[in-house]
Amino acid sequence: MASVTLSQVRKSFGSTPVVLGVDIEIADGEFCVLVGPSGCGKSTLLRMIAGLEEISGGDIRIGTRVVNNVPPKERDIAMVFQNYALYPHMTVYENMAFSLRLAKAPKEEMERRVDEAARVLGLVEYLGRYPRQLSGGQRQRVAMGRAIVRKPQVFLFDEPLSNLDAKLRVQMRTEIKELHQRLKTTSIYVTHDQIEAMTMADKIVVMNAGVTEQIGSPLDLYDNPANLFVAGFIGSPAMNFLPGKITAAGIAIGADIHLPMPANNLAEPGREVIVGVRPEHLAVADDGVPAEVVVVEPTGADTQIFCKMAGVEITAVVRERHDFKPGTAVRLRPELTYIFEPASGRRLA
Amino acid sequence: MSDKAPDTAGMDYLQTLPRRWVTVYIPMIVFLILLLFPFYWMAMTAFKPNEELVSRAANPFWIVSPTLAHFEKLLFRTDYPQWMWNTVLVSVVSTFASLAASVFAAYAIERLRFRGAKQTGLAIFLAYLVPPSILFIPLAAIVVQLGLFDTRWALILTYPTFLIPFCTWLLMGYFRSIPYELEECALIDGATRWQILVKIILPLAVPGLISAGIFAFTLSWNEFIYALTFVSSSETKTVPVGVVTELVEGDVYHWGALMAGALLGSLPVAVLYSFFVEYYVSGMTGAVKE
Ligand SMILES: Nc1ncnc2c1ncn2[C@@H]1O[C@H](COP(=O)(O)OP(=O)(O)OP(=O)(O)O)[C@@H](O)[C@H]1O
Ligand SMILES: [Mg+2]
Repeated sequence: MASVTLSQVRKSFGSTPVVLGVDIEIADGEFCVLVGPSGCGKSTLLRMIAGLEEISGGDIRIGTRVVNNVPPKERDIAMVFQNYALYPHMTVYENMAFSLRLAKAPKEEMERRVDEAARVLGLVEYLGRYPRQLSGGQRQRVAMGRAIVRKPQVFLFDEPLSNLDAKLRVQMRTEIKELHQRLKTTSIYVTHDQIEAMTMADKIVVMNAGVTEQIGSPLDLYDNPANLFVAGFIGSPAMNFLPGKITAAGIAIGADIHLPMPANNLAEPGREVIVGVRPEHLAVADDGVPAEVVVVEPTGADTQIFCKMAGVEITAVVRERHDFKPGTAVRLRPELTYIFEPASGRRLA
Repeated sequence: MSDKAPDTAGMDYLQTLPRRWVTVYIPMIVFLILLLFPFYWMAMTAFKPNEELVSRAANPFWIVSPTLAHFEKLLFRTDYPQWMWNTVLVSVVSTFASLAASVFAAYAIERLRFRGAKQTGLAIFLAYLVPPSILFIPLAAIVVQLGLFDTRWALILTYPTFLIPFCTWLLMGYFRSIPYELEECALIDGATRWQILVKIILPLAVPGLISAGIFAFTLSWNEFIYALTFVSSSETKTVPVGVVTELVEGDVYHWGALMAGALLGSLPVAVLYSFFVEYYVSGMTGAVKE
């Protein structure tokens, strides 16, 4: 096991910059999730760590060793690909044993390790089958098994669950997390699904357009988003954003909504801001802000209320049950607000 | 391919029986007759005694008293067995040599992505387009200067000039259908380039290799121009050349023996096809299925 350190890592394909100077420190044994929208450079970063892409600038360290020019097989890593990349002409056993066989491991050792991995992953009865005879979830497990038999320093996962159906995804998510708790191998996991990121990570790296927007623990990112992007990306349903203006009394949204000033260091009347409120921080209350119900979606445990507030569509999630009809006027009280600067997206309060 | 079967079955209700006759069976029968008639004619002629062959009264489509005389002449009074052996030797050796060269060429062009890989691929294809009827003159000069004239080596070394471009193109298409991730995964698993080629790519490309092999074998088995020009003595001739040069004396055509030679000569290829027809089809349509 080892730590992984990226310092000012850059990547360009030809003249197109894709990763623009990324700094990440991943401690030994940590489960780090890279999350971000499609095309932001997550896979590229992961492939650079794996040694499948050349590094255009900066350093990648595994442990204390700079691996910029070390070929993949000497980096002591294992990677699980999105489409699993199982060797179609080999059985499950041969797939899992392939790397050990190349490393000329003794036969008993190889059998013992494959057996152990197969037992952990519930693949014992499938060892003789070919990948085409397995279901998606089983293939996924074989891909993981292939990674764990090698006992590498670092596991790399590139959206390993995105080809599975919703239910299996939740199940595999838990399995991967359990596996990590058991093996305690440093893991880097790429996903574009923020729920996966929140539930699995020790540390989340939010990426956007080739840069890291924020790095922190899941709850840290949820409670203290550094900017508009992170605030909008983490949390489901997503945070509501309302354009506002600072006044002497507080923050005005539209003509007739006034919110109290969250902190007094913004006293700069006339300044335009964006107010962010999480759906779960909106409560139905008589002293709230007026809004009009558009759609109500009960999920059982809670109810999502889509409504219009000051002309903007917002979402509220409430636990108590209300009998709202579309068109009803409601009053919602923001319990917690975040204030952002519109131009830079920076968080002000 | 088996995935496709339910699709066609699903359309069956549209096809009434008379309609199937018009759209499927009748065209198929016509096609089969056109295709098989030359073989029928060949077989008829090979087994017909000479009197029946030249008689105006005899039925040209049937034999009254079949005979093996032509085969007897072919096998025991000509060098036919030697021609057969030459053909087998030349075809097998040049096919395997070409396949080996093509595997490396196709893999390098398709996956190593060196500078100019695309142009190299194109150049190889263009080389295939140059017709042998132009190439045989300069090639003849080279063969003579190398001192290979009238040896089997002359053919073994010249056939790859058209086999390699062909096989390379076929294999390039096949390699392209093998997902990149498999190679990357093997690379991380600790495989070298050579191990990736031998343990991952080649086993997955077996159908492609077989179809390229069959094609190359057939092309060299039937090759005529080079075989006609580069060898002259009867012991080094191949079947296609031997049959037409030694069984036509002046203006006398030994039709029975000619046809018997052609019939025997086409058997090995037919047998080969029938063994590998399934691989052959999947090789031509590409695609690795997981
Ligand atoms: N080989 C390549 N050549 C040129 N551009 C590339 C190459 N690979 C990736 N890119 C570009 O780099 C950018 C980042 O790609 P990357 O695959 O890292 O995105 P991602 O964050 O993994 O997205 P996704 O969530 O869709 O997988 C994209 O704009 C992509 O077009
Ligand atoms: Mg990706």
